Amino acid sequence: MSSTPLLTATGLDKAYGATTALARASFALRAGEVVAIMGPSGSGKSTLLHCLAGIVRPDAGTITYDGRELTTMSDTARSALRRTDFGFVFQFGQLVPELTCVENVALPLRLNGEKRKAAEARAAEWMARLEVDDTAHKRPGEISGGQGQRVAVARALVTAPRVIFADEPTGALDSLNGERVMQLLTDASRDTGAAVVLVTHEARVAAYSDREIVVRDGAVRDAEWAA
Amino acid sequence: MTLRTWTRDLALGARFAVTGGRSGLLRTLLTATGVGFGVALLLLASSLPNMLFQREVRESARAVDASETVAAPRADSFLHLGRVTGYRDDVISGLLLTPEGESPAVPPGAAAFPARGEMLVSPALRDLLDSPDGALLKDRLPYKVAGTIGPEGLIGPADLRYVAHVGFLTTDNFDGRGVRYGWSVPEEPMNAFLILLVVVACVVLLLPVLVFIATAVRFGGEQRDRRLAALRLVGADTATTRRIAAGESLAGALLGLLVGLGLFAVARQFAGAFTIWDVNAYPSDVVPMPALAALALLAVPVSSVVVTLFALRGVVIEPLGVVRTSTPRRRRLWWRLLLLAAGAALLVPLMGEVQVSETSIDTVGVVTGITLALIGLTTLLPWLVEAGVKRLHAGPVAWQLAVRRLQLSSGTAARAVSGIVVAATGAIALQMLFQAMESDFTEVTGQDVSRAQIAVGVDAGTADEARAMIARFEHTKGVTGVTGIVESHVWRPGPLKEGEEFAPMTSLRIGDCASLAEFATLPSCTDGDVFVFLSHGAQGNPDDSYVTRAARPGAMVALRDPHPHPSEPKRAEGGPLPQWRIPATARVVDSRPDPTGMYQYGVLATPSAIGAARLDEPDAQALVRLDPAVPDAADLVRNTAEAVSPTSWVRTLADTQRDAAFGSVRTGILVGSTLTMLLVAASLLVTTLEQLRDRKRLLSSLVAFGTRRSTLSWSVLWQTAVPIVLGLVLAVAGGTGLGVVLLKMGGQQVQDWWVSLPVVGIGLGLIAAVTLLSMPVLWRLMRADGLRTE
Amino acid sequence: MSIGHTLLGLLESGPRHGYDLKRAFDEKFGHDRPLHYGQVYSTMSRLLKNGLVVVDGIEAGGGPERKRYAITEAGITDVAQWLTTPEKPEPYLQSTLYTKVVLALLTGRGAAELLDTQRAEHLRLMRELTRRKKNGDLADQLICDHALFHLEADLRWLELTAARLDRLAEEIRR
Repeated sequence: MSSTPLLTATGLDKAYGATTALARASFALRAGEVVAIMGPSGSGKSTLLHCLAGIVRPDAGTITYDGRELTTMSDTARSALRRTDFGFVFQFGQLVPELTCVENVALPLRLNGEKRKAAEARAAEWMARLEVDDTAHKRPGEISGGQGQRVAVARALVTAPRVIFADEPTGALDSLNGERVMQLLTDASRDTGAAVVLVTHEARVAAYSDREIVVRDGAVRDAEWAA
Repeated sequence: MTLRTWTRDLALGARFAVTGGRSGLLRTLLTATGVGFGVALLLLASSLPNMLFQREVRESARAVDASETVAAPRADSFLHLGRVTGYRDDVISGLLLTPEGESPAVPPGAAAFPARGEMLVSPALRDLLDSPDGALLKDRLPYKVAGTIGPEGLIGPADLRYVAHVGFLTTDNFDGRGVRYGWSVPEEPMNAFLILLVVVACVVLLLPVLVFIATAVRFGGEQRDRRLAALRLVGADTATTRRIAAGESLAGALLGLLVGLGLFAVARQFAGAFTIWDVNAYPSDVVPMPALAALALLAVPVSSVVVTLFALRGVVIEPLGVVRTSTPRRRRLWWRLLLLAAGAALLVPLMGEVQVSETSIDTVGVVTGITLALIGLTTLLPWLVEAGVKRLHAGPVAWQLAVRRLQLSSGTAARAVSGIVVAATGAIALQMLFQAMESDFTEVTGQDVSRAQIAVGVDAGTADEARAMIARFEHTKGVTGVTGIVESHVWRPGPLKEGEEFAPMTSLRIGDCASLAEFATLPSCTDGDVFVFLSHGAQGNPDDSYVTRAARPGAMVALRDPHPHPSEPKRAEGGPLPQWRIPATARVVDSRPDPTGMYQYGVLATPSAIGAARLDEPDAQALVRLDPAVPDAADLVRNTAEAVSPTSWVRTLADTQRDAAFGSVRTGILVGSTLTMLLVAASLLVTTLEQLRDRKRLLSSLVAFGTRRSTLSWSVLWQTAVPIVLGLVLAVAGGTGLGVVLLKMGGQQVQDWWVSLPVVGIGLGLIAAVTLLSMPVLWRLMRADGLRTE
Repeated sequence: MSIGHTLLGLLESGPRHGYDLKRAFDEKFGHDRPLHYGQVYSTMSRLLKNGLVVVDGIEAGGGPERKRYAITEAGITDVAQWLTTPEKPEPYLQSTLYTKVVLALLTGRGAAELLDTQRAEHLRLMRELTRRKKNGDLADQLICDHALFHLEADLRWLELTAARLDRLAEEIRR
């Protein structure tokens, strides 16, 4: 494992109105490692993930990805970065209900300007890998929750991202389906060398990680990287 | 199910509509506004017949009663002459009176008979004369203003009218002799075509209101769903909850009725301020047709309930939430076409049946037919949208998102758009109808404004007098040229032949070569030439033989009627019948349209060919060319004509004679349909926004993996545009079809196939508006807040 | 659970008689299972032998219950070491962990850190089990899952305790 982190955050502050979501939070992610962000609900786990992924701009602090400073990047540049370098899996409601599953998986590629045919072919490969190729031409409403999350994982992986951000990816699933999704997600990311930032409050899910950090009241306890 | 439970449930629903939180109130207000506008338009449209009828009544009431011929002057008799003169864009009507006795009848609206040289004017004319704008007009009306005419003598508040006491009327230059005013009032209010128009207008206005209500029922879904579910939880049955939901719409509809009545009451007050289609009415004359008004007032609330109950049939309200039957039923085409076909079947047999002269139409047939056709078209839309988007292929991501969304749930979009379809279809059909009416009044006149812009005619005592008058026009400011002729007639001399009731006659025009060339194609012309010119029966003129029986080269003609009609007033005989021989060298030439567009025929003579002094009762005619650079040239010429003789006539030539007021009617229709469509757009916007809010999470996650704003914005645009465009296609096809059928019904021709363009333009504008207005919400929702779960 | 460490920890706040120690223990940790006096006696004599406590004084009348014990420097170090060493994750750890948390609170040591250390240890084992599960057959998987679910339950308890540390500290000090 390389020692230079791929993604580092130092001294992040973020408040939503009067609510403090992050207070001097710091974090580091090495290429290819799976890190679980744990903590009670409302502790700021998701906010940390949103900041790390460049979705939300922190009020203070710096985030460096691959030598680039995320916090000073324009929205357009951050969007482009998310399209090319990051992948996302959320708890639910991330698949476009009107599109078929294969179209959903192909969506990030198409957003990157790939042709439909090529994009959907690559999407189909990933769906096969996540064992959901039979759902290709169904719509998200017609498949089970576990299948839906696997489709979402396929979508996160399809662009060959360097970091996958997964926010409670198994939150809406039962144990068995949750395990399956985690298994496939971590296997696939290890195979492709993608790092995973996994927000979860479940220990069994966090057990799929290489290490975990705990967010409590917006602050991070990270044995290795604590500020 | 008793009346009491219905009342209770509806009342409960109505209370929710007002107290049901912000979105409930918004929905109610939106419904009320929509219904209000619809109802106001409806009431105005149904007032149109009465407005027109009252106009005729007023016109009749102030006209001199000519039903009784008064042969000799009496103490209460008067001579009268009607005058109509144009002043800039206005038309001013006048009545000249010369009393013959001590106590002439007082004209309607006047307090007393004006003194000689004085006139009474309508308030509008008084204002015009008093204003700087009326300066030129003052010269034309050389009478002292002695008072105003009251409403009884006017058609509307803006009527420009004067009644003047003059001394010069004689039995030679009058319209008639009268002793009282008031023709019998017409019995039937309007002609059939007008009824057709109004009926169509009402149907067209009522339907979008219904569609609007149907759309509004679905507004504010979530909150209402929760409320209805809560009602089920506490034990209300399905029927009850539906009735309560219907009560909510009913509240909006009833509120809308009030708004509509209010708007109508206000609009009524402004009826006098605008002159639309020559109609400028007193508020008291703006009264809706009782049947139509009652229909509107009844149909709106009743249908709001019915439509809601119908709309909720696909919705299952369960105690724990509202379930919309998600498995989309396949839309069937046949019954939609059946409605359309039924409508057509009712309308088509009526084609050519409605005569303008008739005073009644098969109202039930027409209304049912139009309603069925319009409903058919409206219901065709969801099918069309579904069938249409099914065939659309995925293109760029934005397009793919929009198309897939429509493919999955085309119903929502189609429902909202169907209001646009009805409004646009109706507007197009109405526009076509109006255009036909307009062209009834507006024909291509054939007048050639490049040759002359004003025609003036004056009775002249002698040819010299006539020439002098022509000269006065030549000297009027702003006149660049005058074609002047002196016109009289020639008769065949000698006794009447078998079967003739009068001596064959034709016209004789004397003028210089240039002037004569305006009437016929002259191969060459020098002073002293004479021509017989023939029109070969053009424009319904008599055969050439009619002319040649009286006038041929070398023939002798009489210059005065050798066999005057006994009823003609005897005049002092001026010696023997003047006669003139048409030179044998006279050439027979072809008539050509004169600047007024008419093919004339008869004899043309240059001044040296005949002594004009010998003519009997000559008229002077001048065709005047104006200098476009002189702003009031036309009115200066009119003033000259008035100065030459108060009994002269003036005609303004135009390529097409178009009443500017028709433009306002079409604008009115456009404004009306725009308002309706705006409402529909508002409901479309609400639907779009609600849909966006429902997908807050999805939007945020799309943003997370780097979706551009523009991609989602375009997808909203396509999502709005596709159904509206399909709707507009349907509306153009349906509206044009309906318009053609309705026109054929009245035996009219389609004047302009492109009347739908402005309507289409408005539709496209709405797409843009809805999309643009959705953007702020879309962009706000695209912030990451939507991802927060805790 | 280690009664020796617990008694040592209780002595940290000051010398006590054996009888007082038993009462304090029962009050804070004994609940449904009070300590036998014999247990206190044998434990204390083992601690004495290891030099972790000293006899501070003996009241007249003799008998072990009259001895007053005080903690030695070595004893304090022993308690600190015990508290900072995570327990080997295994079922039914609560009583030990609870004791540790209370003692940490009583002695002014970081209870939150203690819980975090324990959580990390639990997770380490869970990762191990997860890895084993991935490579094993169904029987392995079922066995690992059983352990994982128990460990998860412990972890949840840790989480909950961590969230209630402030309240617990208040109650103990009362």
